[in-house]
Amino acid sequence: ITTRRWNSTLRRIDKLLIANRGEIACRVLRTARRLGVKTVAVYSDADKNSLHVSQADEAYNIGPPQASQSYLRGDKILEVAHKSGCQAIHPGYGFLSENVEFAENCEKNKIIFMGPPASAIRDMGIKSKSKEIMSKAGVPIIGGYHGEDQDRAKLKAEALKIGFPVMIKAVRGGGGKGMRIALTESEFEEALESAKSEAQKAFGDSVVLLEKFVQEPRHVEVQVFADMHGNAVHLFERDCSVQRRHQKIIEEAPAPGISEELRAELGAAAVRAAKAVGYVGAGTVEFILDRKSHNFHFMEMNTRLQVEHPITEMITGTDLVEWQIKVARGEKLPLTQEEITLSGHAFESRIYAEDPSGGFLPGAGVLSYLSSPQVRDDMRIETGIREGDEVSVHYDPMIAKLVVWGQNRSESLLKMQSLLLQYNVAGLETNVNFLLDLVRHPEFISGNVHTNFIKENNDSLFKNKTVTPTQITQAALSVVLKDELLDMKNAMGRNDQFNPFVVESGFRINHNLIRDVKMKFKDEEKLVKVKFIGHNTYHISLDEGKTWSVVQGEFNKESLKSTIDGITTSVNVFRGDDVIAIFDDSGKVEFNLEKPSFVTIQEDDSSAGGSLNRAVAPMPGVIDKVLVSAGDQVKKGDSLFVLIAMKMEHVVKADRDAVIENIYFKVGDNVQKDVTVIQFKEENVSS
Amino acid sequence: FSKLKFIPNRSLIKLFHTDTSNVIKTKIDYNSQQFINNETQMKQLVTTLQKRTEDIIKGGGEKAVKKHTSKGKLLARDRINKLLDKSSAFLEFSSLAAYDMYGGNINAAGIVTGIGKIHGRECVIVANDATIKGGTYYPMTVKKHLRAQEIAQENKLPCIYLVDSGGANLPHQSDAFPDKNHFGRIFFNQANMSAAGIAQIAVVLGSCTAGGAYVPAMADESVIVKQQGTIFLAGPPLVKAATGEEVSDEDLGGAELHCSTSGVTDHFALNDDHALHLAREIVKNLEKPKAETFDQEFEPPLYSSDDLYGIIDQDLQKSFDVREIIARIFDGSRFDEFKKKYGETLVCGFSKLYGKTVGVIGNNGVLFSESAMKGAHFVQLCTQRNTPIVFLQNITGFMVGRQAEMGGIAKHGAKLVTAVACSKVPKFTLIVGGSYGAGNYGMCGRSYSPRFLYMWPNARISVMGGRQAAGVLSQVQSKGKNWTQKEKDDFEAPIIEQFEREGSPYFSSARLWDDGVIDPKDTRKVLGLSLAAALNAQPEKTEFGVFRM
Repeated sequence: ITTRRWNSTLRRIDKLLIANRGEIACRVLRTARRLGVKTVAVYSDADKNSLHVSQADEAYNIGPPQASQSYLRGDKILEVAHKSGCQAIHPGYGFLSENVEFAENCEKNKIIFMGPPASAIRDMGIKSKSKEIMSKAGVPIIGGYHGEDQDRAKLKAEALKIGFPVMIKAVRGGGGKGMRIALTESEFEEALESAKSEAQKAFGDSVVLLEKFVQEPRHVEVQVFADMHGNAVHLFERDCSVQRRHQKIIEEAPAPGISEELRAELGAAAVRAAKAVGYVGAGTVEFILDRKSHNFHFMEMNTRLQVEHPITEMITGTDLVEWQIKVARGEKLPLTQEEITLSGHAFESRIYAEDPSGGFLPGAGVLSYLSSPQVRDDMRIETGIREGDEVSVHYDPMIAKLVVWGQNRSESLLKMQSLLLQYNVAGLETNVNFLLDLVRHPEFISGNVHTNFIKENNDSLFKNKTVTPTQITQAALSVVLKDELLDMKNAMGRNDQFNPFVVESGFRINHNLIRDVKMKFKDEEKLVKVKFIGHNTYHISLDEGKTWSVVQGEFNKESLKSTIDGITTSVNVFRGDDVIAIFDDSGKVEFNLEKPSFVTIQEDDSSAGGSLNRAVAPMPGVIDKVLVSAGDQVKKGDSLFVLIAMKMEHVVKADRDAVIENIYFKVGDNVQKDVTVIQFKEENVSS
Repeated sequence: FSKLKFIPNRSLIKLFHTDTSNVIKTKIDYNSQQFINNETQMKQLVTTLQKRTEDIIKGGGEKAVKKHTSKGKLLARDRINKLLDKSSAFLEFSSLAAYDMYGGNINAAGIVTGIGKIHGRECVIVANDATIKGGTYYPMTVKKHLRAQEIAQENKLPCIYLVDSGGANLPHQSDAFPDKNHFGRIFFNQANMSAAGIAQIAVVLGSCTAGGAYVPAMADESVIVKQQGTIFLAGPPLVKAATGEEVSDEDLGGAELHCSTSGVTDHFALNDDHALHLAREIVKNLEKPKAETFDQEFEPPLYSSDDLYGIIDQDLQKSFDVREIIARIFDGSRFDEFKKKYGETLVCGFSKLYGKTVGVIGNNGVLFSESAMKGAHFVQLCTQRNTPIVFLQNITGFMVGRQAEMGGIAKHGAKLVTAVACSKVPKFTLIVGGSYGAGNYGMCGRSYSPRFLYMWPNARISVMGGRQAAGVLSQVQSKGKNWTQKEKDDFEAPIIEQFEREGSPYFSSARLWDDGVIDPKDTRKVLGLSLAAALNAQPEKTEFGVFRM
């Protein structure tokens, strides 16, 4: 065990480079600014107009959008640090935050790396090594094989020894990459191959380890902090059990249903772990906690500030970025273990551009509408994105983190519900509705969380959504009112806004104009008849004119205040070109508006030849591999190309036997969702 | 932004206008039996009007409508709704045209006309209703089409023709084809309007046969719908009869032929929606010579338009103060009265309508010499200042009798008639009660070319009242005979009945003597829309004729 001490006097940090983007860059900036530290941002071409760039004191371009050519280019970042006169670099999370070489290069260049010593990163980055260290330090670890013999037969024998289910993990892996689970012996070989190839590609190293897979585990992690003076503390635990695709979406602190004894035990184990590696700065020790027995095992240590750090800040009243800066300067930890107290309960929800009902496939695109609530002391919104910004295919599709604090878990959860209801996004698919369903789920409310939560509660979480007559009425009313506003706005442009033809909207002589508003909710057609009665007053029928409701409504910015049959409500509304979204107590309800028939006719013409006669990109991403060439005969189920989107690879397979006619993209190209990548030959359509 | 910003709210207005000296103070007793009776009667008249309109807008009946829509075609009014800006008002004209004529059911004379906004610009729309006798032209159809063109010409409004018509209605051809203001005038107007820079746009959504073929051919730009619109001088049956050539509709004059080969049409549309979209695009690209815009914030009237029902008695001999009507039409119920104490039976003054200053002339009784002179003065005043004039007509005529004749009522009345006839400012006439005799002339009746003329459902129009006419005729007829009261009554009854029938606003509107019968409650809107249409034309210089002094 190596422990290193710095006995130097305090180091100066008055200018800080933030080697990251998005919300974390903005988060770090905020504290730095509060402490009077000047900030330098770096950005790729894709982030030229990003929030973090506009908020920093200085900003430097470091290359093309691909992270490998920008945010992962340690050399360029160090160059910027020198050029701008920064004494320190904050790596955020992801990118270079756990990169040993970069940490070392910083040291060589006399730039403070705001993270642990390179040795600690290295030790903790290799799973087998980290387990060995932990085991020696008396931290419980889980059974597994961490050997260097990677012979497939040997691995299989070890797996049998551990007993299925077994988890296969890349030694250098992280974030779910290079990780596979073999539930039975028969699945082992395929899973092993897949894990190895993914690891090879991602980390240039295909060495894997095996671990016993705990069926209903909880993911509980402890925030630790250490300084250069040998002090190490923990700031209690977080529960991040509820995950999809092995990635967290909602976290809470403290973990629910944990006794004070267990809490103390976890904390002590985490501090031991930190000390064992000579840790300095912010770190997180992850444990697998058996849901039933409450046994816990060391899983890994993340040597960075975690995405979910704000909930720890909320329950301890600390600013961990401030702590990082102070520790980096060589100061002692601001608080001793005894001084750190746990107060209340905090939740964090991660808003992602993704499609929960479509297997949580990541999305990308322009955030054409964003309405977020006012933040208060007990609520934070961490984001790097504004309305009109683009969620790029190149980076993590996280839009924001909503963080709330309450006196206790139920109060905090209630606040989270209201915060989610007020966080309105349109223009791209998000998981807000899903998060709402999650925080309202009785099992979640009871605190019965574990890592299989979503899978286990699949049916109740993915209930088929229906719409209420009120929502349909509000949507139709919004269409009509927004059209009126548009006409009014155009009239203003002509200085003609008081023209009776505009003011007396929809007026007809001796009868009333009835407008048919045609919308689709999912695949359900909705025909709404809107009869113009007077200023902001309408009669609306959902049954083709058999019965009518008296409706009044008007917009105040994006908020529709409507009175339907005497009941007044306010909802947020977004009107896009062919979509209308209502944000009410059930979250977002989106309707597709009917396109003019001539537009659809023209579109249909262009797709003549059959929509199935091609292979399309299932989501926005980058083409990683093309596995076929023009002229190839492929069989149904053959892999055609590999798409990389958001850390995940997706293999697109042929849905038929076909001959490849054309391939429209090459490796490295960006593709949008539903774009044709490979065209099959015509003659195979009928066969 | 919120629409609220532009719709003034009353508490704000109070801040702006502390001066209330010109606000009309109503003297109406809302609880009086008279008011309640009047209201009940007017409500019945309006209900009848709405009911009749409801029937009329159904077009040619369920079967014909179904046949039409089953081909994927839109109905005439739906076409108009799609052509207009989504929330545009539509000032439809003469929906009662041909009412109770030609054996009934030629609803709206088979053609829908009116003014609405397309890309913010007021346009005249003329749409055939093919569900009514194939959209063929009855005499009233022709008259209505020509009236719409006249409105376009006078107010400089682009014309969009939504064509779906089989041409002239053959059984009525003699009343629709040969005369000056018959079918041929449509194309004469198109040519001359085009010459005057008034855009002529045709959208061929159905057949366009014989003379009808000239509507798109004479248009500046035209659109035709694929496998639906056809244009030919003679249809396949006539061609076969004439030359023996056998040819289908589509091959003879379909969209493909006319867009690709003949060049008769310019834009190829896939369906009605597409055609209307293309027509909107054409209008979008027109230059905008609009004379005046509505850029001034305005106040709504202080009093509710609902009150208008209770003001007028069905018995037109019972008088009321026309200022009570003015107070319920114009901005803030404000009225700067002119010569209030002189010629009191004619009320003149200035008000605003949607922020635009207008002169208002209303009847408060029979016209005396002073009233006529005051009116002539006021019309000259408005003309001098280019101020549009609104006439509120309720007139039994000029004063008769030796005293009046001696005072020169004829020459004083002539001054008013001369002034009204010659003035080139936009004039708008609303008949709120009776419109009889020379009073009709002095108060800008149809012959005096007001830009628009509307009637309330209680109004009456004839050369004189039925009773008076019967009295005159029975006096002439019974000269030298000794008629009993019964003989006199028997003679007079059919005359009174005839005047009653022919004086009805439905009889008038059916024959295009007006541009529509309107609900009194909508008066402000209808006059405002008419004013908005009229302000498209540049002011014209007026030369008055000789005033007999």
